[in-house]
Amino acid sequence: MANIHLAEKPATVTAGVVPEPVAEGERNGRTLEERLRWFPPNTHITVRGLDKRFGAEVIYDKFDLNIPRGKITSIFGPNGCGKSTLVNIISGLIPYEGGQILFDGKTLDETRIGYVFQNYREALFPWMRAVDNIHYPLKLMGVPAKERKRRVDALIESFDVPIDFSSYPYQLSGGQMQTICIMRALVVEPEVLFLDEPFSALDYEMSLLMRDRVQRIFQERGTTMVIVSHDLEDAVWLSDYVLLLTRKPTRIAEFVEYDAPRPRTDDTVSDAKFIRVKKRCLDIFLKEAALR
Amino acid sequence: MKALNALSGYLRPVWGVLALLAVWWVIWAAEVANPLLLPSPQATMLSLWNGMVSGDLWGDFLSTVKRTMAGFALAAAVAIPLGIFLGSTERLYRSLEFVIDFFRSTPASALFPLFLILFGVGEAAKILVAAFGASLVILFNVAYGVMNARQTRLLAAQIMGANKLQKLRDVMFWESLPQTFVGLRNGISLTLVIIIVAEMFIGSSDGLGHRLVQAQMLFRMPEMYAAIFAAGALGYGLNWASLQVEKRVVHWGGK
Repeated sequence: MANIHLAEKPATVTAGVVPEPVAEGERNGRTLEERLRWFPPNTHITVRGLDKRFGAEVIYDKFDLNIPRGKITSIFGPNGCGKSTLVNIISGLIPYEGGQILFDGKTLDETRIGYVFQNYREALFPWMRAVDNIHYPLKLMGVPAKERKRRVDALIESFDVPIDFSSYPYQLSGGQMQTICIMRALVVEPEVLFLDEPFSALDYEMSLLMRDRVQRIFQERGTTMVIVSHDLEDAVWLSDYVLLLTRKPTRIAEFVEYDAPRPRTDDTVSDAKFIRVKKRCLDIFLKEAALR
Repeated sequence: MKALNALSGYLRPVWGVLALLAVWWVIWAAEVANPLLLPSPQATMLSLWNGMVSGDLWGDFLSTVKRTMAGFALAAAVAIPLGIFLGSTERLYRSLEFVIDFFRSTPASALFPLFLILFGVGEAAKILVAAFGASLVILFNVAYGVMNARQTRLLAAQIMGANKLQKLRDVMFWESLPQTFVGLRNGISLTLVIIIVAEMFIGSSDGLGHRLVQAQMLFRMPEMYAAIFAAGALGYGLNWASLQVEKRVVHWGGK
């Protein structure tokens, strides 16, 4: 539970205004206690005093959250509690009314992130070949063609998947398309990788294969990952932490740790600890879902 | 047996044509209609063939093709960039939407007199009035294609760091292409319609429209039917050609 630290809203954050990024001098000028409250050790993403409304409906009200570094955190909660909204706010896809979100103390603009969408078919560019889809973010970053090719080739080699990268997305299967999406997100070597229900558009067989693939990527790279999930088994199986959310206005119900060693396998799901953690998450979820 | 099935598959569209010719021939042979008004199919086909080979129908055909292509190219060159621009600034499009819809719904033929006064009886008036009509159809489709670009793709580009211009060039433009082609196909058909009518009424010395009016005045019925078929073939061919281009360019469409 050390990771949930419901700090008082810092004085620099004014509701209704997105504050300026904290300047370096100001950051250093803080007392140690203050710094620790803002950046507890091993935290990668700090969310402080987040306010988000859709019209009159309050989704988040002075919401605080720490997402640990180099871990997989799954977000799980009742339908419509704002799981995807939270990830979309953190990754800058939707605006928010108040609060501050920092990555290692940096703003979003100073941070390289990757994002994998649920709907791979609509996330890829069908007018580009698979390989050009992977090239695209590097192109945007202004990486020269030669260097781009080197990095994409290295990535393809490390993935070692039987995909014809010269085909167009619509010629690939769902699992292959989602793999291309993941590669496109990884090619920039992101500091944080967000995955919004990455397996839910895949059939069961493929989702097992893909969650294993994500685990392998994580083991090789140690990238901080945040996964929105609607499947509790997937969430627990993949994660170091499961963030359980309440109904709106959303609060943290609990931050459940699951520290089974990796690589986790198909047998993991019948492991006593896995069952215990999953049961615990389910109990909290059911309690939250029933609270109306 | 298989080969026979395949052959009958290929021949299937031909049956309709043969049936039409047969009915036509029967009506002509039975003299149901005045033979002066309805020539025989063979006389019409002969006139079509001779006109195309000997050159005078072919020359008119070519003139119409040239004008249609000029009008269409002009319309596309203006409407595609403008459509992308307006579609990407939706608020601007919304404020212009009524004007665009209004003139899109105005029959282009109603503008003939105005264009005649503005541009005289030469080529320019015909091509410009056709381009005007077609450009609004194209513009409307391009703008809608851009506005309906898939949100996920735009978000994906945004998260990869694309700025506004890059999103426009790398996502919105491509996303609008399928709808753009709908506009182009409608646009080219409309251009042909306007050009042929313009050739009839805006002083013209060649073109299929001119030829049709001439044939009518001189009561040369086989020649007139031949010109109608030539115009039909041209319309069909233009539509077919744009479909082929569309299939190649928008290869991902509907997939």
